[in-house]
Amino acid sequence: MKIREKIIEGGLAFSALITVLTTIGIIWVLLSQSLVFFKDVSIVEFLTNPEWTPLFTNKNYGILSLLSGTILTSSIAIAVALPIGLTIAIYLSEYAPKGFRTYVKPMLEILAAVPTVVYGFFALTIVTPYLKTIFPEIAPFNALSAGIVMGIMIIPMISSLSEDALFAVPKTLRDASYGMGSTRYQTAFKVLVPAASSGIIVSIILAISRAIGETMIVAIAAGQQPNMTMNPLETVETITAYIVQVSLGDVPHGSIEYRTIFAAGLTLFIFTFILNNISFYIRRKYQERYE
Amino acid sequence: MENTSQKNINNEDQSMSQDTTEKSKVILESKKANVYYGDMHAIKNVNIKMRENSVTAFIGPSGCGKSTFLRTFNRMNDYIDIFRKEGEFYINGKEIYQKDVKVEELRKTVGMVFQKPNPFPKSIYENVAFGLRIQGIKNKSVLDEAVEKSLKQAAIWDEVKDNLKKSALALSGGQQQRICIARALAVEPKVLLMDEPASALDPISTAKIEELIYQLKENYTIVIVTHNMQQAGRVSDRTAFFYIGELIEFGKTKNIFTNPKEELTERYITGRFG
Ligand SMILES: Nc1ncnc2c1ncn2[C@@H]1O[C@H](COP(=O)(O)OP(=O)(O)OP(=O)(O)O)[C@@H](O)[C@H]1O
Ligand SMILES: [Mg+2]
Repeated sequence: MKIREKIIEGGLAFSALITVLTTIGIIWVLLSQSLVFFKDVSIVEFLTNPEWTPLFTNKNYGILSLLSGTILTSSIAIAVALPIGLTIAIYLSEYAPKGFRTYVKPMLEILAAVPTVVYGFFALTIVTPYLKTIFPEIAPFNALSAGIVMGIMIIPMISSLSEDALFAVPKTLRDASYGMGSTRYQTAFKVLVPAASSGIIVSIILAISRAIGETMIVAIAAGQQPNMTMNPLETVETITAYIVQVSLGDVPHGSIEYRTIFAAGLTLFIFTFILNNISFYIRRKYQERYE
Repeated sequence: MENTSQKNINNEDQSMSQDTTEKSKVILESKKANVYYGDMHAIKNVNIKMRENSVTAFIGPSGCGKSTFLRTFNRMNDYIDIFRKEGEFYINGKEIYQKDVKVEELRKTVGMVFQKPNPFPKSIYENVAFGLRIQGIKNKSVLDEAVEKSLKQAAIWDEVKDNLKKSALALSGGQQQRICIARALAVEPKVLLMDEPASALDPISTAKIEELIYQLKENYTIVIVTHNMQQAGRVSDRTAFFYIGELIEFGKTKNIFTNPKEELTERYITGRFG
């Protein structure tokens, strides 16, 4: 029996090791390739040049025009997902009949399971034409359509995790609030949402993380044209869309054009890394609070 | 749970106040009250009258329905799906389950303090101001005044007056419970329902809460559920003994404890069961 336990233990340790090694490997590749890249391109240029044209003869390496595309589409997505996701979370935890929650939650989570390529085409072939009836000047590929659809995709992340956080608020606080003569609405917004705020913030950060890393929807519907703009009606290119573009193209391995994707990837990685750490930090504080 | 540090509240005082409460008006009343949880008959045909500025203790073995009955008076059972009631419940002569009664208004008249201290994860100030804020009161001086007054009434002002911005969760359990009492008092209810308010507290905090209850009855009508016989004896004017959903005996606390009419009551208070 001892041996069996040893084998199981070893197996578990091995699985954990693989995960850690993969992460280290990814960071290593990103860093080493980026280092070579930054030998040719100064960090100052990378961070300040307003143009990103590594594939043209007149080369510019300003990440900002990709970063702005990422930030623009992600902001639109959050602007869509946050109010809807939070409303759903509050409705499910406070208003919906008991059984309702058990059915609706998994159904909502299906939204997150739809292949992103489907969302991409939905944005391109349904949402964009519809938006064109409202904004005739909208570009065929645009940040708005991709952002909205990405927002729909991340609704369940926000609604589900926020609902968990609201649900976890001790019943004694609900009693206290109702006992003071609060209405349901007051209980939800003055007691439960503040008490669950850390959990809700974590859900939002994870959703932002997800939006920043999303690739297929933006590659299909937002375009592939680096553009330092905050106008949602224009064509933009996100960091992820650029990486796909180069990976699928015929850029020779080992060239500086090829290495741009690692520098871009590193930027993305740093971004999501910081966000995940913030959420980790908030979650830890939150756990302390309810001991 | 024996609490020897508590000084004995003057018996003379108590009997005097009983004489005055005898004539004062009825604030809480139930007529043929029955409560069911699904098929379970939790309260059986209870008729009771509680008078203004009195303290009534509900005692009885665990599961006999004390909390259930207490909570019918601020309709906190309404949230339980399988809860059903029959009979009539009056606050100040008004039947509180009638359609035209707004539950929110009722609960401003009938405040509640729970077994486990349950302050909001907010500052001390915001906890006490909560009830006024949800009524839409924003005026700072009105809030300041109410917060100070309630904290003084709850005998905790001196301990927290310099730290009103501090989180209420950072206080001790006994202090938290007094914050909860202050929070309930801030909206100036007529009735205060207390469900084992001291059962989670140490003897010194318990003594403070008991003293507080004794002072509060000047202005409020109080109903307290307790498992502590000494406590019931010290703080209440009248005692109601419940047994498996029935009100077995209700009378002056002194009589219930020295000369109970029912054998069940006697067996319970002498600790021979439950
Ligand atoms: N939400 C509920 N659903 C179903 N049954 C309940 C519910 N709350 C209480 N009961 C039942 O009703 C009866 C009375 O419960 P109640 O909590 O009023 O007793 P209690 O006298 O306050 O007991 P304790 O001294 O332990 O607090 C018990 O048999 C209990 O199991
Ligand atoms: Mg109880």
